[in-house]
Amino acid sequence: MDKKVMIYSTPGCPFCNMAKKFLKDNNVDFEDSDVSTDRTKAQEMIQKSGQMAVPVLDINGEIIVGFDKEKIRKAVGL
Amino acid sequence: MFDLIIIGAGPAGITASVYAARKKMNFLVITKDVGGQAAWSGDIENYTGYQFISGPELAAKFEEHMQKYGIELKENEEVLELRRKDNVVWVKTDKGTYEAKTVVIASGKRSRELGVPGEAEFKNRGLTYCATCDGPLFSEKDVAVIGGGNSALDAALQLIKIAKHIYLINITSALTGDAIMREKVSESKKVSILNSTQVTAVLGDRMVSGIKIRRQEKEETLPVQGVFVEIGLIPSSEFAKELEKNELGEIRVNCRNETNIPGIFAAGDVTEVPEKQIIVAGGEGAKAALGAFRYLAQHK
Repeated sequence: MDKKVMIYSTPGCPFCNMAKKFLKDNNVDFEDSDVSTDRTKAQEMIQKSGQMAVPVLDINGEIIVGFDKEKIRKAVGL
Repeated sequence: MFDLIIIGAGPAGITASVYAARKKMNFLVITKDVGGQAAWSGDIENYTGYQFISGPELAAKFEEHMQKYGIELKENEEVLELRRKDNVVWVKTDKGTYEAKTVVIASGKRSRELGVPGEAEFKNRGLTYCATCDGPLFSEKDVAVIGGGNSALDAALQLIKIAKHIYLINITSALTGDAIMREKVSESKKVSILNSTQVTAVLGDRMVSGIKIRRQEKEETLPVQGVFVEIGLIPSSEFAKELEKNELGEIRVNCRNETNIPGIFAAGDVTEVPEKQIIVAGGEGAKAALGAFRYLAQHK
């Protein structure tokens, strides 16, 4: 799988953790940015998604807000 | 046609699905998310067998247990309507319509909304119902927490470490949460408590830029970039229009989890069951699934 998967998350967010677990369970490599500590990444997330809720996933440029298994599956190609 | 449709996959719905799977019923689970409120709980120290476990961990174990049976699960799907006609229950969702002989409603509770202009528009654009999730994005910003109970105080205490200033907007004349939390919030110089104050609108352009509040008959605008709504929970029972409910909107059930409509059962926090606890919801889910199984045996 050569798609670039990025996730913007915070530690206290259950849906972020579910999304990360879902990716791991499906052997999808991803880059995780903790936007509670990284303000540059936080700004980047707000810019990309036009909103302020986590998680946000960037899968090869496709932005998915929230933990939506079906959308993630489609975007990653599972 | 299914023997059973379970609506919801929190502790009640998941337990119902485990029981239904073990009875080899032909069933479907329809839910917005898996884990329900349990996934949002902090530390759990009263679920028998676990002296200590976090909410997300317990929810993950529930899900694992359910998945072991390879059940049919429709996630991210919202039930809009429920009707029973000629011994068949029709479940209409935002994605389709399903038929079943019996239904277990275990749709739980969700955050109560303010019901003011701008709320829906600015949801996730500065307005949030999860301080733990989205709070960290408001560092050095002015924010408003709406509510006066424990969840509002908890949100305010979390935000003290993050935000620049916090306005606690409370509709009643005094805060109602635990004394120890009230003290901590009152002591902080970063928090302004506005009692007897009502939010009348959420304002902004692309993102939240303020709220309109009313106190002592006067309306004013408070510039804030974040709005945290913490005004309690309501049962997700609107779709069950023909079912009897109490004044809180909780579905009425008897000790067998039967509702006023034959073949429709309900369990967990969406019902008027006296204690809203994970272990209680689980037990109620088991009773409801077994009730549905017995109903099918009697109505062949």
